[in-house]
Amino acid sequence: MIDVAKKGEWVKIHDVILNPSDRAPSLPDDTKQVPLEMWVNGFLNHDANIGEKVEITTLSGRKVEGILVEVNPRYTHDFGEPLPELLKIGPTLKSILEKRDA
Amino acid sequence: MYEEIIKRKNEIIKKAVGIDYSKFEIEGIAFDYERMMKEVSYTFDEIKKIQSETQVGNTPLVELKNLTKLVRMYSKKGKGARIFLKDESANPSGSFKDRRASVSVYHAKTHGYKGVIAATSGNYGAAVASQAAKYNLRAIIVQETFDSKHIGQPEILEKGRACEAYGAEVVQLTVGPELFYYTLKLLDETGFFDASLYTPFGIAGVETLGYEVAMQVKERFGKFPDAVVITHAGGGNVTGTARGLKMAGAVETKVIGASVDLRGLHMASDHDFNRKSFTTGHTGFGIPFAAYPDRVDVPRNAARSLRYLDRYVLVTQGEVFFTTEALAQVEGMMRGPAGNTSLAAAIAIAKEMNEDEILVVQETEYTGAGKLPSAQLTFAKKMGITVKNGDSLKEDVPGKVIAIPESIDQIGVIEYPLESLKRSYVKEAIKIYDKKDFSDTEIEFMAKDTKSTFEEVKERLEVLK
Repeated sequence: MIDVAKKGEWVKIHDVILNPSDRAPSLPDDTKQVPLEMWVNGFLNHDANIGEKVEITTLSGRKVEGILVEVNPRYTHDFGEPLPELLKIGPTLKSILEKRDA
Repeated sequence: MYEEIIKRKNEIIKKAVGIDYSKFEIEGIAFDYERMMKEVSYTFDEIKKIQSETQVGNTPLVELKNLTKLVRMYSKKGKGARIFLKDESANPSGSFKDRRASVSVYHAKTHGYKGVIAATSGNYGAAVASQAAKYNLRAIIVQETFDSKHIGQPEILEKGRACEAYGAEVVQLTVGPELFYYTLKLLDETGFFDASLYTPFGIAGVETLGYEVAMQVKERFGKFPDAVVITHAGGGNVTGTARGLKMAGAVETKVIGASVDLRGLHMASDHDFNRKSFTTGHTGFGIPFAAYPDRVDVPRNAARSLRYLDRYVLVTQGEVFFTTEALAQVEGMMRGPAGNTSLAAAIAIAKEMNEDEILVVQETEYTGAGKLPSAQLTFAKKMGITVKNGDSLKEDVPGKVIAIPESIDQIGVIEYPLESLKRSYVKEAIKIYDKKDFSDTEIEFMAKDTKSTFEEVKERLEVLK
């Protein structure tokens, strides 16, 4: 992971929007105990290290401050693993149709 | 800060949506819904023009011949309706939400706003971002993405990626209804248009969908569809589609809502958040939004599903995964999860209907990383949820067990009585308006708002007194 980021680089920042004590009333207990946090991506407005407070310019043109957490933030979601619980569905249905059409 | 923004809510919203809702108010719970729909939005012809200029709508209606064959093999003689699917994934950003976004973003552009903001973890974000790109407007999408351990829901992560791909800023938040607070703050800060899902623009945009379904079936078969199944969440899909069907003259077509059964999971719970394998089209939206539509981010919700629903059914998570897999494997259509909620219901409902009847599932959505059953189920297992094959209707437990059927004859629905939703509506009204006695004008409104008679509403009120 890159620790140093240059001005103009695409980065992710993190910020706490509401501390637990400032959160909305009538939240479930588990949610009440944790802060409301935010992550947003943008172009870094100045050189900085990971973990430092920085300012970015987002894709909508807003200037937003937060802690620099990632440079060139990667999309981490994927297609998942093949699932035995799903794999038989297709072949089963196809063979039923084959028999019917025969 | 929180309190200060919430206090200014009405002022911020009024500026950001440009609608003076007060002029449609009648008395208490009553307001003039039809006048609001007529005066605020655009005419049907204007909307068709707005949508055709941004390549929204006119999506294909596909007959699911193999699924229909399979259904008939498990139906009584003479039963098994023909199932058709409206391929809404053919819209620019891959879902019917383009219809909702198209009118809002057009309105924002023509009224001089520099950008648009939407609070949504759904396909609506990509739709707003895509439309904003077409009109050269800026866009911010606010999403509820992570739990407190910074674990992101895969489908929402994908939707965030899509929004960025269309050039929108994506604000990713942890679980909590204060997403609404942060959206207000952004509206206040930027002066952008509030592309709320629940304005008349967003609902009128879906009317073309219902209209197209009715006309496409009429042109091919000389009659309107016998029933349309609609995935039900916040109510916009049901409301817009049903209104469009009626505009086309399909007044006899049954309007059936379907949601994934996630009862028991709390919408605002940090723990439950990542134990939901569906991010929309589920009971966490479907039930509360039907019972109290005005819970939304604008003073009056244009999405009012109880006005239109003839029937409401639930399907299990496992059934939707099975159906998604079946759609890909025997129909050659790899589509996302939300539309397949209504398709799962349609498989069960088609079995009850006659062979010569036509049943339409009115939506599909794009799919891929994060959205595929394999992505969601791999994630579910990581979150400690048991994934297994079995009798879904008996064994599926939201947040704990996902039971995937092994055969199409295991697909069925759970009836959710509309009467129960209508009673909840009255109960909510009593709570919100803090009274038990409603005027005749208000009762008349509640009757219209729940497709009931005056006497039925009176009776429900009496029971709750």
